[in-house]
Amino acid sequence: MNIISLTHKRLLTAVVDWSITLICIGAFTTLILLATGAPPVSTYYHIFMGAFGSWVKFGHSVKAWIPLTLCACGLLYTFKIGLWNIGIEGQMIMGAVFATGILKWGVGSENEILFLWLSFPAGLVGGALWAVVSGFLKTKCGVNEIFAGLGLNFMAQGLILWLIFGHWKQPGIASMSGTETFPQTLWLPQAFAVNVPPTGIMLTILALCITAYILRFTRIGLNLTAIGNNATASVLFGLHPDRYMLLAMSLAGGLSGLAGCIQVVAVYHRLIPSISSGYGYLALLVVMLAGFRAGMTAIISLFFACLNVGSIQLPMVLQLDSSLSGVIQGAMVLVTLGVHAWRKRRAAS
Amino acid sequence: MTEMDSAMILAGVVAGAAPIVLAAIGETITEKSGLINLSLDGSILLSAMAAFVVSYKTQSLAAGFAAGAMTGAAVAAIIAVFSIYLKLSQVAVGFVLALMTRDLAYFLGNPYSRIHGPQVTPLPVPYLSDIPFIGPVLFQHNITVYGSLLAIGLSGWYVYHTSYGLKLRSVGENPVASYARGIHPHGVQMIHAIIGGLLVGLAGAVFSLSAKPGWGRPQGAEGTGWIALALVIFGGWNPVKAAAGAYLFALLQVMGIYFQGWFPSIPAQVFQTAPFPLMIFILVLMYASQQESVRILAQNRPWLKSILRFFSAAAPTALGKSFHQQ
Repeated sequence: MNIISLTHKRLLTAVVDWSITLICIGAFTTLILLATGAPPVSTYYHIFMGAFGSWVKFGHSVKAWIPLTLCACGLLYTFKIGLWNIGIEGQMIMGAVFATGILKWGVGSENEILFLWLSFPAGLVGGALWAVVSGFLKTKCGVNEIFAGLGLNFMAQGLILWLIFGHWKQPGIASMSGTETFPQTLWLPQAFAVNVPPTGIMLTILALCITAYILRFTRIGLNLTAIGNNATASVLFGLHPDRYMLLAMSLAGGLSGLAGCIQVVAVYHRLIPSISSGYGYLALLVVMLAGFRAGMTAIISLFFACLNVGSIQLPMVLQLDSSLSGVIQGAMVLVTLGVHAWRKRRAAS
Repeated sequence: MTEMDSAMILAGVVAGAAPIVLAAIGETITEKSGLINLSLDGSILLSAMAAFVVSYKTQSLAAGFAAGAMTGAAVAAIIAVFSIYLKLSQVAVGFVLALMTRDLAYFLGNPYSRIHGPQVTPLPVPYLSDIPFIGPVLFQHNITVYGSLLAIGLSGWYVYHTSYGLKLRSVGENPVASYARGIHPHGVQMIHAIIGGLLVGLAGAVFSLSAKPGWGRPQGAEGTGWIALALVIFGGWNPVKAAAGAYLFALLQVMGIYFQGWFPSIPAQVFQTAPFPLMIFILVLMYASQQESVRILAQNRPWLKSILRFFSAAAPTALGKSFHQQ
């Protein structure tokens, strides 16, 4: 009897929390829409149809889901050890830069397919290297990872512009539209008519499964958690926080570098200044909203990707700015964090 | 380069740095109390948008500046409430708000993009503006630039020479001891988050009403918030030094235009990233200056000693930690 009423109570709490969260977000978004004079119902309908209206549109959402989930996957490691890897954006950019370098080398060679596959490890290494710089600054030079990461993000952005306007510029004229588009032989094969790369989906699911396994069932996962909870105690236990921080950073950087590589080989087929599309920063929100759990990360990534893709057509149909998706995503994270903290505060008192 | 040219360059630096100076001072004051407002990049944009729209609707610049300041204060207050009363990570809330307020600014400001609105007119100071060299550099601007110059002096005086400033610093260093001395740490943090937010909001208003007049996507203020956060560290949590960093940054930006003349193949955006490696380098130096081995090395080397002394600033001890008040 006692047990039943206890689970009953927990279920009720969860339902109440979710209702409060959803009502807050809905009310907030609707108020903002009303403030700009936009019709709320029609706006929500267009976002939904923009993401699910046809297979092609859903394909776009899946294409956004791949890099977002890969970055979020990487962030699970760094959050586990208590690091704020804001530098993930720059790591993704470096992955794209390294992958482009390999592909440029492969243009016109006899077995281009080899270079296409080589671009994946190249992206991985590019992202991991940039993350290790941030990791070394944190562990050896006492630079907070947030500021090191931010600085490195802007430096990566500078590098990409320098390359696009310098060595890698299009023949004739350098422009913000990016480097020259690669020949189709260097594109990642796309499935069906929906333009979704099956390789990308499989890699992402694989990364998710491996991450979930490592974090839950292996010694590495346990040690990352131990250091994240109490670094001083972990030293007494014989662990080396510095080494694990570098490991977590390079795993995060590698996965986000892979995301950058996929943006080049499967989405844009060239290097553009905004190659990362802000997915690194968005992935930080995804992981926070998912409560640092791998399974939830995949679901929330898909939801965020759909929101992003769904709001792309808002400027055309309703003359609204597409940044509405970002507002909804931010509000979701804030309200969820707030309700959770409020619940904890009530439980404590 | 003639005297006229260098005066013009320096005048450009003083005018261009005005909003960054305000933002860096505001953030320094907030961080002195132990709170981090990481939302700067977004809240500057949101305040810029609010200031432009309000001054356009009311055709009153004063209303625009007030709206900008209130917006910045409101965002800062959200972070303070989440951190102080809900014990949430300041970094998490600040980062989410940085992204969200930026998107909110673009979304709400969309109907007001690329339209002509009111903007601040120049107001040379009588007599002072006729002084050769100094006049054109300092006294031929508009009121926002004079405001930024005034803010430097006022903030330095407030933080280091008033009893309120002493309370502010003590809360940032050791909230528990401050509490024992009868200071209310949460109240002090709340007030200084809002004061800092007001200044950050004013910085946004200065952008959309004076430095880069108008609204649009992009507005031109993007990235400034992150630079201001870096400048707080550069200044070693001293508002006057942070302001000096803002002028150095503005000088780098102006020099970037000249450098671009020398290297036409490199886009201007590359030069704009220059402050960031500099920031990382300074953070490394600050860490090194605290190391025992480096201090021993510096004992017989006065030049190294003076460099270390310059970089020996440290963050407020309780920065980013939440204090449990009974």
